[in-house]
Amino acid sequence: MNAMTGSHVPALHIDNLHKSFGKTEIIRGINLSIAPGERHAVIGPNGAGKSTLFNLITARFAASKGKVSLHGQDLAGMAPYEINRLGLSRSFQITNIFPKMSVFENIRCGLLWSMGYKYSFWNLVSRSRALTEGAEAILEQINLTARRDLPAGVLSYAEQRALEIGITIAGGADVIMLDEPTAGMSNTETDYIVDLIRKVTVGKTLVMVEHDMGVVFGLADQISVLVYGEIIATGAPEDVRGNPKVQEAYLGAALEEEH
Amino acid sequence: MELVLVNIIDGLVTGLLLFMLSAGLTLIFSMMGVLNFAHASFYMLGAYFAFQISLAVGFWMGLLIAPLIVGVMGAGVERYGLRRVHQYGHVPELIFTFGLALLIEELVQFVWGKNQMPYDIPDILNFTAFSIAGNSIPAYKIFMIFISVGIFIGLLYVLTKTRVGMIIQAALSYPRTVEALGHNVPLIFMGVFGVGTALAGVAGVIAGPVLGTFPGMAFVLGSIVFVTIVIGGLGSLWGALVASLLIGWITTFAKSYNIAMMDVLGLVGLRPPENLDDSLLRDLWTVTSPQIADILPYILMVLILIFRPYGLFGNRDA
Amino acid sequence: MSDQTTSQPRTGSLTGSLSFALAPWIVAAVLLLFLPMIFQANSAITIMNQMWITVIFALAYNMLLGQGGMLSFGHAVYMGVGGFFCMHIMNWDSFERIPLPLLPVFGGLFGMGLAILVGAFSTRKAGTVFAMISLGVGELIAACSVIIVVFFGGEEGISGDRTYGLPFMGVEFLKQIEVYYLIAFWLMISAALMYLFSRTPIGRMANAVRDNPERAEFLGYSARWVRFYSFVASGFFCGVAGALFAINYEILTEENLNTASSGVILLVTFLGGVGFFFGPILGAIVFTLVQTVLSLQTELWAFYAGILFVATVMFFPGGLAGVLMMHVPAIRLGKAKLLLVPYIKTLIPAAIGILGLAALVEMIFHYRHASTGDNEMTLFWTTFDSHAVMPWIVVIAVIVIAFGVMRRNLPEMTDAWDEANHAEEG
Repeated sequence: MNAMTGSHVPALHIDNLHKSFGKTEIIRGINLSIAPGERHAVIGPNGAGKSTLFNLITARFAASKGKVSLHGQDLAGMAPYEINRLGLSRSFQITNIFPKMSVFENIRCGLLWSMGYKYSFWNLVSRSRALTEGAEAILEQINLTARRDLPAGVLSYAEQRALEIGITIAGGADVIMLDEPTAGMSNTETDYIVDLIRKVTVGKTLVMVEHDMGVVFGLADQISVLVYGEIIATGAPEDVRGNPKVQEAYLGAALEEEH
Repeated sequence: MELVLVNIIDGLVTGLLLFMLSAGLTLIFSMMGVLNFAHASFYMLGAYFAFQISLAVGFWMGLLIAPLIVGVMGAGVERYGLRRVHQYGHVPELIFTFGLALLIEELVQFVWGKNQMPYDIPDILNFTAFSIAGNSIPAYKIFMIFISVGIFIGLLYVLTKTRVGMIIQAALSYPRTVEALGHNVPLIFMGVFGVGTALAGVAGVIAGPVLGTFPGMAFVLGSIVFVTIVIGGLGSLWGALVASLLIGWITTFAKSYNIAMMDVLGLVGLRPPENLDDSLLRDLWTVTSPQIADILPYILMVLILIFRPYGLFGNRDA
Repeated sequence: MSDQTTSQPRTGSLTGSLSFALAPWIVAAVLLLFLPMIFQANSAITIMNQMWITVIFALAYNMLLGQGGMLSFGHAVYMGVGGFFCMHIMNWDSFERIPLPLLPVFGGLFGMGLAILVGAFSTRKAGTVFAMISLGVGELIAACSVIIVVFFGGEEGISGDRTYGLPFMGVEFLKQIEVYYLIAFWLMISAALMYLFSRTPIGRMANAVRDNPERAEFLGYSARWVRFYSFVASGFFCGVAGALFAINYEILTEENLNTASSGVILLVTFLGGVGFFFGPILGAIVFTLVQTVLSLQTELWAFYAGILFVATVMFFPGGLAGVLMMHVPAIRLGKAKLLLVPYIKTLIPAAIGILGLAALVEMIFHYRHASTGDNEMTLFWTTFDSHAVMPWIVVIAVIVIAFGVMRRNLPEMTDAWDEANHAEEG
C-alpha cells in the first residue's frame, strides 16, 4: 500500500505531544516512534490518557502542542477521511459499526474507497466480483461467514468487536489502530480476538491501546507504558515487565486488584 | 432622526416577541436535542385560549390562565408523545413535532374556524403612551416590552439563582450525571418543555391582539423563529437574543424606509438597462426594501451559514 | 430500515439473481401499461397522472430521508423550480424544436442545479441543522416567487402549452392519455435509476453515513460529500417530477414551492415507509387515492391527515411498508394463515370504531359551524338532524361497542402473532 514500508521513516511518529482539557493536562509530552511492521501496544492503568492519546493520533482531538506524523506526513488539521486515505485505519472503544446494514455490507463499505470506487454512481456494487470476493475473504478471516446476511446490530458483542476489526482492516490500511479491542470480554473471547488480531495484522503496523497488560504480551513486539499522560517505559514485553518503574506504577496495582 | 427612534421601539417589540419564542425553543433544544417544530403552534394556542378566556372573564385572566393551559398541554405532549418517539431517534422526533404543528393548525380551524378572531387590545391599554415627532407610540407596545423584559428577568433569576435553575443548567450539559445524583431527569425535561411552551403561550397572548389571531399565525412566525435560532447558533440563549433583536430591527427598518434596489445599485455606479420592462433582471432592479423585508431573515440565514456555519454564537460541536 | 440486508442477493449466479430482482419491475411496467385500459374515465387518468408524479417526487425525497437520513422541510422547491424552468422552455420560441418527452431531462438538470447551489452549504451537517436550513431556503424561494415576477409569475403563476413542442413520433400530447404514457415512461425510468443509485458505492455509503457518519469518515469517505451527492441526485429527480407536473397541469404557482407542499411530500413518504425502497411508492398511491376520496367527502380532510400522520410517527415509524414487511417472517414460516381470522375479528371492529369517531368529529363540526337553522347533515348515506339527541347516542354507542369488541379480541390477535412468528425447534 505504501512505498515507505520497510524504509527508515517510522510508520507513526509522535513528537512532544501535549493535550489539555481546560487547565488539566491529560497528555504531558509524549515522544514515540513506531517502525513499519511493528506491533506496538500502549498500556496503562485507567485514566492514564490512553484513549485521549488514541484520539489525538487519529486527529479526533486537536493537540495543544506537538505533532503526529504518519509516514513522515504531519496529520495536524486533517479530516478523518483524509487520514484514512493516507493509510491509517482505526477501531473504536465503543463498538462502532453500521447496525442496520448486513455484516457483509459493513465489510464492503470498508472496502469501497481503497478499491477506488470513491463517490461513483455509475458502478453497481453487487456486480463487482472483486468487491464481493474481497469482502468475503475478510468475512472468512474474522469467522463471520455464517453471519453474512444478518443485520450487524443483532450480532453478539464479541462478534460485533470482530466485525469492527474486520471493517478496520478492510480498507487495506498499513497502519491499524485498535482502541481496547477486548474491553468487556470474557477470557475465552479475549483469546479469540487476540488470535484474530494477530492473524489479520500480519505485515502491517499495529498500534493498540489496552488496559489489560496480559492481553498484549503474546501479541506486541513493543510495549509502551503510559501513566498520567507520560510514557514511563518503552521496550520489548519482557523488558517492560521487568522494569521496576512499571512494576510500581502499574503492575503492582493491577496485581493487587486481581488477588 | 425621530423616525429612527420610533423604528427602534417597533423593532424592539418584534425582537422581544421573537425572543420569547426562540428562548423557549433554545432551552428545549439544548436540553433534549429536539427542535420543537410545533413551538409556534403553542404560541397560536396561547392566543386562541386567551381570546376565549377574555370573552368570559377579560384580558387579564386570559394573560394569566392561557399560558398555564398551554404549558400543561406542552408537558403532556412531551410525556405522552415525544418520550415515546424518542426511542426511534432525532429525525422521527422532528417529524413528530412537524406533524403536531400541522395537527394543531387543523385543530384550531376545527374549533374556531378559518377566520380571524376579534381578539383586541384591552381598553385600559388602548391609548397613546407618548408621541415622537407626531408618531404616536401605543401604550400596548410599551406593555409588551415590559411583559417580555419582566419575564426574562424572572427566567434569568430562576436559571441562575435558584436550586431548580442549577439543576436545569446541569441537566443541560450532563443529563446522565444529574440523573445519577438522584434527580428525576425525565421530570425536569417535562417541566422545561412545559415552561418553554408556556413562554410561547405568553407570547401568543400578548401578540394575538396586534398581529392577529388566525390559523396561519403559527406558520407566519414559526419559520422566522427557526431561522432566528439557526442564525443565533443552535442551543445558544445569547445567540437567540441577539438574533431576535437583529431580525426585529432589520425587518422594521426595511419596512419603514423605502429603499429601492435601483438606488443602491446606482450608488455603486450601475445604471438600469434602457428597456427595463423587457429585461430578465427587471424585478431585481425594481425591488424595494419593504417588499423584501419579510425574506431578509432567510437571506441573512443563508449568508450566515455560508460564512459562519455554526451561527453567531454557536458551538462548533453542537 | 433494513431493506439493505434482505435485498442483497447471494453471490455466484449474478444473472440469476438479476432476473429475480427484475420481476417486480416487469409487473409494475405491465400494470402501468394496462391500468388506463381498465380505468378509462378521464378522471381516473387525471388521478393516476397525479399519483405517478407524486411517486417520483416521493422516491426522490426518500433518497434523502430514508437512504441518507436527511430530513428536508423545503423539498418542494426543487420540484417547483424544475417545473418553472420547464414552463419557461414551453413558452420559449425554440420549444417547437424540442420533443416534449425530453423536457423532464431539462427539469431534472435545473432541479439538480439548484440542489448543487443549496447543497454546497446545507449538507455540511445532517439532522436538525440540515432540516432547519432546508426550511429556511424553502421559505426563501417560496417568498421570492411573489417578488421575482418575471420568473415565477407572481400570484397567478405561469402557464404554458405543451402541444407547441416538436411532435414526437406523430404524438402532439393533446390528449390526457398521451400524457399518461409519457409520465408512466418517466416513472419507470426514474424509479429504476433511483433504485440503481441505491446500489452504487455512493448509494451504499449514503446508508453508512446515515447510520454512523463518524465510522464512515474513518473508512475514507467524507460524510459531507456523501450527503452532497445524495442531495444533488435527489434534486435531479425532483426536477423530473416538476417537469412532469408542468407538462400535466400546464401551470405552476407559488403553491408548488411552499412549505405546505414540502410537508405533504414528507407525509406521503413517511406514511409509505422510509425504510424500504417501495415505501414511498405505496405512500404516494395510498395518499393520492385517500385524498381524492376524502377531500370530496369532508372539509376536515386535512385534520384526519394530520391525525394519521402523528399516529404513524408514534405507533408505526416504519410506515405502511414497515407494517407489511413485519409479516415476512410469518410468511416465510408458512404461518401467515393463522393471522387471518384474528385480524378480521380485531381490525374490522377497530375500523368501525374509527369511522364512528370520524362521524362524531363531523357531527361536532357541523353542530359548531353550520349556519343557524341548517340542522340537517348527511353521513354515511344517512341524513339526520345534528341537533337531535338520538344520532349522538347511536354514534357513541357504535364507538363504544366497536372498541369494546376490538379490546376483547385483541389478546387473540397478539397470541396469533406470537404463534405465527415462532419457529418450531428442530
